[in-house]
Amino acid sequence: MTAPTDADVVPVTVNGVEVEANAGELLIDACERNGVYIPRFCHHPRMKPVGMCRMCLVEVDAGRGASLQPSCMLPCTPGMIVDTESDLTKKAQDGVLEFLLINHPLDCPVCDKGGECPLQDQTMAYGPGESRFVEEKRHYEKPIPISDTVYLDRERCILCDRCTRFASEVAGDPLIHFQDRGSQTQVNTFPDEPFASYFSGNTVQICPVGALTAKPYRFKARPWDLEEVDSTFPNPMGDRVNVQSSRDRVLRIQGVDSDATNWGWLTDRDRFSFEALSHDQRLVTPLVRGDSLGNATDDGDELVATSWAVAVERAASAITASLEAGGAESIGVIGGANLTTEAQYVWAKLAKGVIGTDNVDAQLGDGLPAQVVTALPRNTISDAMAPGSAVVLLVDDPKEQFGTLFLRLRHAAVEGDITIVELSPIASGLGSLVTVGAHARPGDVGAVARAIVDGRTDVEVGGVEPAELQAAAAALAARAVTVIVGRPSVAEQAGPIIDAIAAFTELESVSFLPLLRRGNISGALDMGLTPGMLPGRTTLAEGGEWYRAAWGTVPADSGLDTAGMLEAAVDGSLTTLVLLGADPLADFPDADLASRGLAACRTVIAVDIFASSSVANADVVLPAAGFAEGAGTHTNLEGRLSPLMQKVNPPGTARADWLIAAELAWALRADLGIESPESAWAEIERLAPSHAGATVEQVRAAHDGLVIPRPDDAGADRPAMVSFSAPVPTEIVPVDGYALRLVADRRLYDQGTIVQHCASMAHQSDLARISMHPLDAAALGVRDGDLVRVTSARASIELPARPDRCVPRGRAVIPLNRAGADVRALIDLATVVTDVRVATL
Amino acid sequence: MGVNSYLAHAPGYVDNEGPKIVTGRFVHEDSHTLARSLATGGYDGLKRALEQSPTSIHDIVRDATLLGRGGAGFPAGVKWGFCPPGVWPRYLVVNGDESEPGTYKDRLLMQRDPHQLIEGSLIACYALGLSQCFLYVRGEMALAQERIAIALNEAYDAGLVGTNILGTDLSVDIVLHWGAGAYIVGEETALIESLEGNRGMPRLKPPFFPAAIGLYGKPTIVNNVETLANLPWIINNGAAAYKAFGSETSPGTRMFAVSGHVKRPGVYEVEHGTTTFRELLYGDNYCQGIRAGHELKMFIPGGGSAPWFFPEQLDLPLEARPVGAAGSMLGSGAIVVMDETTDAVKACLRVVRFFARESCGKCTPCREGTSWEETILQRIHDGLGRPGDIDMLLDIADNISPGPYPTAADEANGLDAVPFPPKQTTICPLGPSSVAPITSAIRRFRHEFEAKITARELIPVEATGP
Amino acid sequence: MSRLSPENVTIAEEIIARYPRPKSALIPLLHLAQEQDGHVADDAMTHVAELVGVTPAEVLGTCSFYEMFKRHEVGTYVVNVCTNISCQLLGGEELLHHAETVLGVKAGGTTDDGLFTIEDVECIAACTEAPCLQVNYRYRYHVTNDDFDQLVDDLRAGRATDVPEHGVLATVRQRIAGDRLAGVVPPEVATEAPVWLPDPAEERAR
Repeated sequence: MTAPTDADVVPVTVNGVEVEANAGELLIDACERNGVYIPRFCHHPRMKPVGMCRMCLVEVDAGRGASLQPSCMLPCTPGMIVDTESDLTKKAQDGVLEFLLINHPLDCPVCDKGGECPLQDQTMAYGPGESRFVEEKRHYEKPIPISDTVYLDRERCILCDRCTRFASEVAGDPLIHFQDRGSQTQVNTFPDEPFASYFSGNTVQICPVGALTAKPYRFKARPWDLEEVDSTFPNPMGDRVNVQSSRDRVLRIQGVDSDATNWGWLTDRDRFSFEALSHDQRLVTPLVRGDSLGNATDDGDELVATSWAVAVERAASAITASLEAGGAESIGVIGGANLTTEAQYVWAKLAKGVIGTDNVDAQLGDGLPAQVVTALPRNTISDAMAPGSAVVLLVDDPKEQFGTLFLRLRHAAVEGDITIVELSPIASGLGSLVTVGAHARPGDVGAVARAIVDGRTDVEVGGVEPAELQAAAAALAARAVTVIVGRPSVAEQAGPIIDAIAAFTELESVSFLPLLRRGNISGALDMGLTPGMLPGRTTLAEGGEWYRAAWGTVPADSGLDTAGMLEAAVDGSLTTLVLLGADPLADFPDADLASRGLAACRTVIAVDIFASSSVANADVVLPAAGFAEGAGTHTNLEGRLSPLMQKVNPPGTARADWLIAAELAWALRADLGIESPESAWAEIERLAPSHAGATVEQVRAAHDGLVIPRPDDAGADRPAMVSFSAPVPTEIVPVDGYALRLVADRRLYDQGTIVQHCASMAHQSDLARISMHPLDAAALGVRDGDLVRVTSARASIELPARPDRCVPRGRAVIPLNRAGADVRALIDLATVVTDVRVATL
Repeated sequence: MGVNSYLAHAPGYVDNEGPKIVTGRFVHEDSHTLARSLATGGYDGLKRALEQSPTSIHDIVRDATLLGRGGAGFPAGVKWGFCPPGVWPRYLVVNGDESEPGTYKDRLLMQRDPHQLIEGSLIACYALGLSQCFLYVRGEMALAQERIAIALNEAYDAGLVGTNILGTDLSVDIVLHWGAGAYIVGEETALIESLEGNRGMPRLKPPFFPAAIGLYGKPTIVNNVETLANLPWIINNGAAAYKAFGSETSPGTRMFAVSGHVKRPGVYEVEHGTTTFRELLYGDNYCQGIRAGHELKMFIPGGGSAPWFFPEQLDLPLEARPVGAAGSMLGSGAIVVMDETTDAVKACLRVVRFFARESCGKCTPCREGTSWEETILQRIHDGLGRPGDIDMLLDIADNISPGPYPTAADEANGLDAVPFPPKQTTICPLGPSSVAPITSAIRRFRHEFEAKITARELIPVEATGP
Repeated sequence: MSRLSPENVTIAEEIIARYPRPKSALIPLLHLAQEQDGHVADDAMTHVAELVGVTPAEVLGTCSFYEMFKRHEVGTYVVNVCTNISCQLLGGEELLHHAETVLGVKAGGTTDDGLFTIEDVECIAACTEAPCLQVNYRYRYHVTNDDFDQLVDDLRAGRATDVPEHGVLATVRQRIAGDRLAGVVPPEVATEAPVWLPDPAEERAR
């Protein structure tokens, strides 16, 4: 928010005191900013005013005599005289409160909202001691489930329109609605059509009474038993959250309104992910190979519990043995994108500065090179969506993967003067809100971007018609453009995406928001958990000397990425592999290579919170602290640093990731010199070129976090940060007229570890299906639900089909990581794209 | 001039003596057909309008001081001027959702002379540059819908509606739209919501009146059927001729539906502003007095929403300002006459029940308050009232429509009038409308309420137990 | 029952095409569904939702606001007896009571033979003709008890030829021939003054 200039200041008299309101500011907000709280139920600062609860009536004289006005709908005008305490105001507010209460049940003692209920608080503060309403109250069946996670108690509902406005206005899922009329009005779904919204949990949070309750929290705690702390949810948006616990268990996560990021909203997947934290399958003790009697032996068939001392020593000896036998290059680290930024730094220091290997990769073949990502000029989310700007989408469907960013985009598209050009291979959940859908054929997006940037829009390019190319060019012309870029499909190599980035860098006013998978991927790339890079967005070449001076050693040459490490493991040149919260068996696009690579390693050391399939085959397992079990700093897609706070203790003997690295270093006879997340941060601030000036105090103090690099010359004496250079363009793969080009994308609910360990979400992961345009389906004789065989150059899988108008002609979409067929079998990482043939069975 | 009797083909309408501006064709049984319309000067007003500039048509309407006939009585020419310049498109929405208890003039105008309404609508479109017209007819009025559909089909075929009307560059479609049963949709912002396919819940105004931000967020003129029906005559005869009828501030004629305990209930076209309630209720040309053997107890002067009047207000003229000053309104031109046999509590309950049933449910005070009022009144009426009920009822009313309401003591001191228009804690006047019958009835007939409460028969409680 | 028939889908599409935004056609389309089935079935609401591009919950939200839409089966003849003030003064409640007695159901109920539903309704705009009622929205004025009995007999015998089955309102639909159509005026597109305004600048100056 910019500070108001004088022209924007509106003098308003509130209860006899002249205060300054901002031009256009609603009276209720201006009063609150100036310390006068007006009670309200329907007003919500992130939604349009409706003025229906009438609780915020105050006496206002705007020049034509005093009258009662709803302060939530009244913009301040100069000279307005407001009395929030007059007899007329009080009488009106008391009257509204009484009206709200006459049909409200007296079940506060068994209501989840009791203790944090605005209606209860108002009544306790101002309400009459007894009721004048002697009649029977309204009755409804209570409560009814309106979705997998949300219950609705219509008796408690005060019809404030918050949940229904959220559903239609914010989420774009108008699946709950007012029904019937007058005193019979109720909120409900259409019969047998649940409130299946990825954002349904927000309605529970904003319900001003206990009408909407969340299944994962129902009857778990009373508000006065909860301890809470503001923190950051470790997703790529860095959503601000309030973490609430009782008896050392996280019981609830609520969104916190941060103007810069999530505006208070959360996706259900993140909101209810705390269920996994206290799952009884959490890793609680170190594990090593052992025999069936529980004795630790080097080549045992089972994983047996052991002490940290034994496990760390086992890990250190494996690393030492590999170092001696094959040098640092025989050791690799995969993962780390879900760690805190501090832990990422400490692990980078351990790998590169102690062990001396550059075989480090936080991405599993589904990202973009750090040399590209960290080199691009970035924008903030708010500036990217400022009126008059343009956004290019070249990512996974934000609705599926980056929910709160989707809500910001949706808001900007509906309310703001922005244009959105979608280059992703298929339409996103924004649907008709995008200005231009120029959905590039996989493999061709570089050419499409080039055509748009160069204005060569007279012929079809990459499956995009001239009209769309022209519309896209027009939508970007004379606007500040932000390209939100990631990997829309792992069936398409990164090359074409980088070509598109290269084209867009030539626009006059352009910046980027790299939107990649995994919570703290931005931190991982910034901290050098990637081959060829060092902390602070600098390269081995540029920063090697600087870090060698600080750390003692740094690898001379660029190391291997995840694919390279797995291949090196297969050919025997890599013998020890550390998995930092990584599950290549489930998560690497080439499952076969992952399987052979892990099997070939002499030692696999896994640091994780759950025993995923990869962890189950490891030799040493070190249990890590999860979300809210440790402190640190999160880095979001903007490069925004915000604090992650500890709320509960890790289960069993699980430890923070940074501490595990420090312990391992110690066992390798090295002292990392880091005793706490704060000391790690101090070192980052002291060394990393991009983090100069971002002190721990500043990060902690800023409500909306702190964006790096800081706009000053604090890092002038440090190594240069990486700059972008366009690679040789990837060649276009000719279209096979008999095949469909594969898109392998992701959905919100999948077979992922967290989702599958949350009771309320696990079952929401649907079966894998192949979607294609109805005309393509018709040409192949495929009807909805038919089982089809999908064949690539590599393999065949069988799965049900679904005609879908949103899929462009000539393409087929299969989601990753869903129950049923595994699309990864079809993908050959060595080819730019994957073409598949579909046949009915 | 009329024959001063009912017309068999137009039940309810009394063809009385006096000027006929909007009901002139009603004497013809086929007044709804295009043939009859054209034979009796139909569409001449439109033709005449098309010969003049749009702005001069607006000037004529403004000069005529044509008051809106929907209930609020705001001058149409002034309302038309509220369209922000340079913002296009603009729409016309014809409000034919007549549902105010006691009111039915628009239904007759739609059934008996749909072409007059079409012509009036086109004149408005021409004058203001309204590019599309939606004619919203109350859902329950099947015959009106049918007559308008036929009339529109005829008019389209005759080149009178649609593209290049009468060979000019005026091109406007009139779309027949019909409701589905909701009184509140007669309120203009609720009407717009309904026309957008939504629940008919009123929008707050200010900040935005429909003339500035209306249908689809664009400038929209919402005019009542009777208002638009006046336009052909005004354009044909001029503002001066129009102002020759009625009073200076309320010129022309107005349709009044007088129902209840009068000898000749009916819908009358009456000179506006000059005629008094007494003339209308007792005059030979009109209702001819209270039914035989009875006398006037009270009357509702402007539809169910209006506070009640009593014999002492009979000499007020049918003009907005004096009626407002006396604490009520002319509203929608509906007068309900009640003689001394009327149970004030029961009448009050029935009107309040109407508002409770028709509340849209948006604003808390109306949603909860109107049904609570109904419950208490029902209790009193059933002989189950409690001693504090009357004051509680007034207090609940005060929370929907803040008073002060004169107490008996105030009245003794000459403080008689209820403030009008009412204050409200709600968005629209529906909730406060439920207060009108309550304050009216209790002020005047408190003793009837008290009698019902004190006459309450207690159910004997017999001792039970071991 | 049921989604809209192919014939009704054609009518629905004609209706939708008259509005700048499809959702405006919601109420007319729900009437069309009620005309088809006598009431508005859930499947019909889902179908209407598809036709106008909203969710079924939004259709239900609108549908349930308006009392003419019946979401369950009602009688072939819905008899609406007005008891509002003007009719109450002249026997509307007594007429309703008589109707309930004759048909053997309370207001809101439907006779076992499925022929009649009685409703106690608000003002239907025939106040001078009190007491009045509507049968499937066709008026009957000054209704005495005998008149009511006669009406029931007539309806049972099929003699009340002006009364269609429940759901039918106007028996004639508006039609606009293609060459007479001025064209819908979408708010986003028609942002210029209409052509018949000779000088928008003159108007702006006012």
